[in-house]
Amino acid sequence: MSAVLSQASQGNAHGGKGAIRIEHVDKVYEAKSGPVQAVSDCSLDIRAGEICMIVGPSGCGKTTLLNAIAGFHDITGGAIYLDGQMLCGPDRPKADPGPDRVVVFQNGALFPWKTNLENVAFGPVVQGKLSKAQAAEKARGLMADAGLAGVEHNYPGEVSSGMRRRVEIVRALMNDPKVLLLDEPFRALDQLTKSVMHEALLEIYYKNKVTIFFITHDLEEAIFLGHRVAIMTTRPCRPKKILEVDIPHPRDYAVLTSPRFRELMEETVSAVHEEAVKAFEAGEKEM
Amino acid sequence: MSAVAAPPMARPPKKKGPGFFGHPVVRAIISIAVFVGLWEVASRYSLPWIGQAPPPTKVVDAWVPLLTDQGYWYSWFQSSRRVLSGFLSAMIIGIPLGLAMATSRVFNDITFPVFEILRPVPPLAWVPAAIIFWPTQELSIGFVIFLGAIYTIMLNVIGGARSIDIRFFQAARSMGSSNWDIFRRIILPGVLPSIVVGCEVGIGITWNVVVAAEMISGGGGAIQSSAGGGLGFFIWNSYIGASYPLIVVGMISIGIAGYISSAIIRKLGILATPWLRAR
Repeated sequence: MSAVLSQASQGNAHGGKGAIRIEHVDKVYEAKSGPVQAVSDCSLDIRAGEICMIVGPSGCGKTTLLNAIAGFHDITGGAIYLDGQMLCGPDRPKADPGPDRVVVFQNGALFPWKTNLENVAFGPVVQGKLSKAQAAEKARGLMADAGLAGVEHNYPGEVSSGMRRRVEIVRALMNDPKVLLLDEPFRALDQLTKSVMHEALLEIYYKNKVTIFFITHDLEEAIFLGHRVAIMTTRPCRPKKILEVDIPHPRDYAVLTSPRFRELMEETVSAVHEEAVKAFEAGEKEM
Repeated sequence: MSAVAAPPMARPPKKKGPGFFGHPVVRAIISIAVFVGLWEVASRYSLPWIGQAPPPTKVVDAWVPLLTDQGYWYSWFQSSRRVLSGFLSAMIIGIPLGLAMATSRVFNDITFPVFEILRPVPPLAWVPAAIIFWPTQELSIGFVIFLGAIYTIMLNVIGGARSIDIRFFQAARSMGSSNWDIFRRIILPGVLPSIVVGCEVGIGITWNVVVAAEMISGGGGAIQSSAGGGLGFFIWNSYIGASYPLIVVGMISIGIAGYISSAIIRKLGILATPWLRAR
């Protein structure tokens, strides 16, 4: 772990903002059956501008970590820093949610009563940074870049689930965030749509170079997208193994059949499987 | 990358019409015609129960002269005006109260017990109190109608606001929304579909209680013709005068008025929630 920690000081490995330092974080829930240790002594450094994939079985506490970074929930120990600034720590257990860390949710949280364009324009308008017209202009540009021209005036309910996910990622990017927090964003998509979304996400990433904290339980997705893959232990959640994916970016789907990709899969699949079995035996419900 | 470009939004070719008998209006007409036909037969042959009711032909005979009677139309106007004012006051007071109860724990804890105790009291039971409380008869009638609608509207607002997905709040917060933004841009639109449902049910109830309100508060319309005090009073008056076909005329009139009001609310509701058509 100390090797990983020291990388934080190097910072900016990929030339961007948004280094996240997770330091000895604990989270204990008060459940009806008694306290539940969701996260325990979890330390992880996410370099500025990297895609860091967090892999673990369902209910292992990954989302708890994301909620702490986003500022939706408090932590009960440790601290989390963004570019050296403390988000939450001993004196302030709960971070303030803010547009520097925008979340893309598991099942999508586009506002159904707003058109896709209004959804994308939402952030800068409520922050008072841009006028409605300026925000719409910028949103239109970003949407066109992401292959979303033509659906601006549709409601989210009128477009496919893959497009909705893309709209949501673009909505997050509109805030010029330092970090994108993605919580299994492609979970509900079928395999084919998922592969399209992976390439779309990478394309968006290459343009924006934003730090990406990406939760998944799909190892293939993790290795394909990530600079690094952190495999988490199941409850309590902490990194079990951190894998450097030395396949150079930009990547495309040909990577999946490359020998190096298969090697990395083999190297990690047993670690993931072990945790999955533990989680299964513990019978933990999805959190 | 061409693989991720948005496909053009082509509309599928229009489906072929479902044929004459598939048309909903045709079906509605058939449904009403069969109902009226059975009623006529049952009434002519004095079948049990429905045989006591005047047959549709007699009802129509009684209705036709009324169509040119100013008093009858004034009753329509009176009842509609009362329903509308009672209903609008229920919306104006019920929606903010419901929102306050849904969003403020303290406010909810203070008001909910009173709300829950008052809610089961039927509007009809309020009639004597309403007569005593309010200085004019019109206000008493309006108050009873108001009571008919407000609980339904409030319950729907509270339920609707509480069922808004928490992720919408989290997403809005993480994009930098203030409390006011959350209220205006998340809670209000999020609760709108429930407001529409509450109003649709609520306006039906106002027509239910208009009869009670008008019957007992006495039909003091400006025009003192036999049929000028509102549709509810019209029914009561016909009963006292033993003109049974006219009772049925009054009943059907209220049915039609209720149908039209609900249809208008539904239309307005669809206009207010365009995103629901997308489903």
